[in-house]
Amino acid sequence: MKYVVLIYGNPESRQAWEGMSEEQRAAGLAYYQQLNDELDATGERIVSERLAMPELTRQVSVRDGAMLTTDGPFAEAKEFLAGFYLLECENFDRAVELAAKIPEASFGVVEVRPVMGLYGTEM
Amino acid sequence: MSDIDALLRELAPQVLTAVVRRYGGFDTAEDAVQEALLAAALQWPEEGVPDNPKAWLITTASRRRIEQWRSDSARQRREENVAALTPPDPEPVAGVDDTLTLFLLCCHPELTRPSQVALTLRAVGGLTTAEIARGFLVPEATIGQRISRAKQKIKAAGAEFVLPPAAERAERMDAVLQVLYLIFTEGHTASSGDALNRVELTAEAIRLARILRAELPGDGEVIGLLALMLLTDARRPARVSPDGALIPLAEQDRSRWDATAIAEGVSLITASLATAPIGPYQLQAAIAAVHSEARSAEDTDWAEILTLYDLLRTIAPGPMVTLNRVVAVAMVHGPHAGLGELAAAESDPALASHHRVDAVRAHLLDLAGDTEAARAAYLTASRKTLSIPERTYLETRAARLS
Repeated sequence: MKYVVLIYGNPESRQAWEGMSEEQRAAGLAYYQQLNDELDATGERIVSERLAMPELTRQVSVRDGAMLTTDGPFAEAKEFLAGFYLLECENFDRAVELAAKIPEASFGVVEVRPVMGLYGTEM
Repeated sequence: MSDIDALLRELAPQVLTAVVRRYGGFDTAEDAVQEALLAAALQWPEEGVPDNPKAWLITTASRRRIEQWRSDSARQRREENVAALTPPDPEPVAGVDDTLTLFLLCCHPELTRPSQVALTLRAVGGLTTAEIARGFLVPEATIGQRISRAKQKIKAAGAEFVLPPAAERAERMDAVLQVLYLIFTEGHTASSGDALNRVELTAEAIRLARILRAELPGDGEVIGLLALMLLTDARRPARVSPDGALIPLAEQDRSRWDATAIAEGVSLITASLATAPIGPYQLQAAIAAVHSEARSAEDTDWAEILTLYDLLRTIAPGPMVTLNRVVAVAMVHGPHAGLGELAAAESDPALASHHRVDAVRAHLLDLAGDTEAARAAYLTASRKTLSIPERTYLETRAARLS
């Protein structure tokens, strides 16, 4: 089963990151690398990415065939998507267990959502 | 699948067991055989299939195995005697139980279920990592990691290429049957349009079940599993409409069912029920057989199906058995009786928020004539399912009732 883990940052987690020393940041990134290596070893990580800061967001909408884009920053956004994992896990509980290892779970919010599939039992 | 692919898959477990017998080291032997299969898949279409394809594969895999061994041992002890490592006689000493041993090793209890599935498909099924990945719609690297990790675990567990002791055999066989059934159900997707590139996992599962049956001809549960797969797969042509929508059993055009597969499934299960000790796969196959023998949905012998579910609930209880039995109760004793049973079934934590409960409730409410509640239950079920075809089906049902 595939699960997406959505990692949200907030002003506090952002501040925490900005207040870190270089060593602390390096340790934080090394932790991620280790987590990714572990998940690659179990074959559970399909892909994961860290997203650029929300200021670099461009919102896109198409109305009556015309494209409109709005550039960030979106100051009103308290929580912003900071990164994601696409996992292949045996079950939901396992995906949640892995999500809890993500550092942001300690100060931001981490969501786990199951991915829809084509499997269909006979009704 | 080309003739060459089919031949390679057929020969894969025979070649692997021969190489393991000769050199030991299941993990490295498996890698060597996979390389030999890939080499054959590239060379044979160009150069033609060799006169003795099995011998070709064994020789090629043996060479790879020796090359690996030499490069490993060169780092360790250059003086190692390599004279013993000449390629073996291409005709292996085929131990009768070798393929069974291979099945049991791939489904080793130290491995997670997805790892058992991937390893079985590669080592016994002869599929490439890329094919398995396509079958499960995950990246090749994911399956590759799963397989190499599984082999490391088997090695770390000290598992040998021998049949497990008789005392462990039953439990180990359960895992093999579950793995084959999992491969089957994974391939049993409703949508065909989105899955053109998909490896036919149902066909692979049936093929593997046939191999297993050849190893254990008198095992009732192996026969039951094979019959269950054949009888379920027989309905495939009628299960999905041309636009990809799910068609429920009651509304399927039964003339489109595969009569040959049904005849084989029915004959298998009839014979095994008469001779072998009863088991869950045989009971499920028997239920599928009752459905397949009904000329129309109205002709279905629901009383017989209910009897079989009562038995199944006794020997192998489970949430899906409970739910399917509820449907049978409703068909025999009326929708209100079914709804009563369903309310009791919901106390099982495994069913507490399961979308199938809502789907069954919707169906029973619909039968009872409570259209509004049925519609609401279909919509609840549609929001909870993780299957795209199921969601479409449930939404369509709800829309029909509004």
